[in-house]
Amino acid sequence: MQVEKKEFKPTIVAFCCNWCSYAGADLSGTNRLNYPANVKIIRVPCSCRVNPMFVLRAFQRGADGVIICGCHPGDCHYTTGNYYARRRMTLLFSMLDFLGIERDRTRLEWVSAAEGAKFAATMNDFVETVTKLGENKRLEDLRCKKQ
Amino acid sequence: MQEAMIKRAKELLTDGTVNRVLGWQKGGVAYDATPAVFDSAEALEQGFVYDDFTAANLSKYLVKETKNEGKVLVFLKPCDTYSLNQLTKEHRVNRDNVYVIGVGCDGKADVEKLRAQGMDGILGITAEGDNFVVETLYGNKTVAKADVLAERCVVCKSRKLMTYDEILGEDGEVIDSNRFDMVEQLENMTSDQRYAFWQNELSRCIRCNACRNVCPACTCEKCVFDNVNSGVANTAAADSFEEKLFHVIRAFHVAGRCTDCGECSRVCPQGIPLHLLNRKFIKDINELYGEYQAGEDTDSRGPLTNFTYDDCEPSIVHERGVE
Ligand code: SF4
Ligand code: SF4
Ligand code: SF4
Ligand code: FES
Repeated sequence: MQVEKKEFKPTIVAFCCNWCSYAGADLSGTNRLNYPANVKIIRVPCSCRVNPMFVLRAFQRGADGVIICGCHPGDCHYTTGNYYARRRMTLLFSMLDFLGIERDRTRLEWVSAAEGAKFAATMNDFVETVTKLGENKRLEDLRCKKQ
Repeated sequence: MQEAMIKRAKELLTDGTVNRVLGWQKGGVAYDATPAVFDSAEALEQGFVYDDFTAANLSKYLVKETKNEGKVLVFLKPCDTYSLNQLTKEHRVNRDNVYVIGVGCDGKADVEKLRAQGMDGILGITAEGDNFVVETLYGNKTVAKADVLAERCVVCKSRKLMTYDEILGEDGEVIDSNRFDMVEQLENMTSDQRYAFWQNELSRCIRCNACRNVCPACTCEKCVFDNVNSGVANTAAADSFEEKLFHVIRAFHVAGRCTDCGECSRVCPQGIPLHLLNRKFIKDINELYGEYQAGEDTDSRGPLTNFTYDDCEPSIVHERGVE
């Protein structure tokens, strides 16, 4: 019997701040730049809206990688939100690493509204990295798996 | 010490400085003293205890106590004074309503360590000099105090009282302890090994929430883990994901505020080393954002409510430790 081998396509959740990165994603779309369709964008008002619980929840509900995108330091619409986000996410990612979760599954990137190309490149690169890692097993919730 | 404490408490009750005393009373078993409030000299004489097993950090009880009429007298060990400072800073405790007697400390005993030495059926414990004489169902046994010192006391960060109105006993010093050794050991393992380590530890959690309930940093009126709509409320974990979620979030919520008082690990009925999670955050904060000890003062900005323009990026995680 021949077993068909399905190519693994990771599910990526990208939290994008409304003011920069979400607009950056938009721009990359208008410019017809390609990035994989399995990147699911969640728009947040600011990168510092991302609560550690969001990141874990995303993994629970089936993400294989989670990326947070915000305005460049200094450019936050609320002036300092991304500086707080930077500290929080650094500590969270470090803690996940400490628990033995693959460190390549989490990322934070600054993408401005003008950086459509950077957005696409970042997503392509992240998808590639996570594809290499394979399915998220260590932070999965079996109850949330599709049969 | 117990006598001196009762004497002083009575004086402060009599002269009206305070109208009640927060201390410990004997629990059901010899090694299980529980926090209690005393409002008269008689009550103190009958019930107040202080010994090597009065380990509970009383500072969290002040959140409620200071909302009542009048001043309350509290006895705090050095580590508890850090917690009180932190609670004062967060406006959870009104320091003006508390009279603190700082009690010099040379460590508390851990009954689990007695058990580990094969002492079952413990009926009574008497301190004699540097030893405990343990009365058990199977006869009396003697053990050196130093051998049954609680983990948090072995690696105690400071025996210096941070806030007090008066002192009983000897104030100590900040200690250059090696409390981060185990965290470092874990950091130097491979991520597979770390994963296996934590699976083993966290899978024992029964979600009794004792670690949260006892924690002086966990004083939220409404805790995320009480929100029934959150899907993580007060149930034993149905999936190993939930264990990780609970522990990461609990530790994260106290990051930058946890004084490393060690209460969470002390009360965990499953012996889960929660202090390693807290200390990982403390260690990271120290290394990435500069040395910070929560509870050292009452006015500095905590590391997570602060930033500098040139903080490191989260990618630093890739450059540290072992993959
Ligand atoms: S776990 Fe979090 S929400 Fe719950 S009491 Fe502690 S700090 Fe508050
Ligand atoms: S997390 Fe544990 S060590 Fe830290 S303050 Fe709370 S009880 Fe104390
Ligand atoms: S005290 Fe221990 S068993 Fe109870 S919820 Fe906390 S870690 Fe789990
Ligand atoms: S608004 Fe974009 S990071 Fe704050």
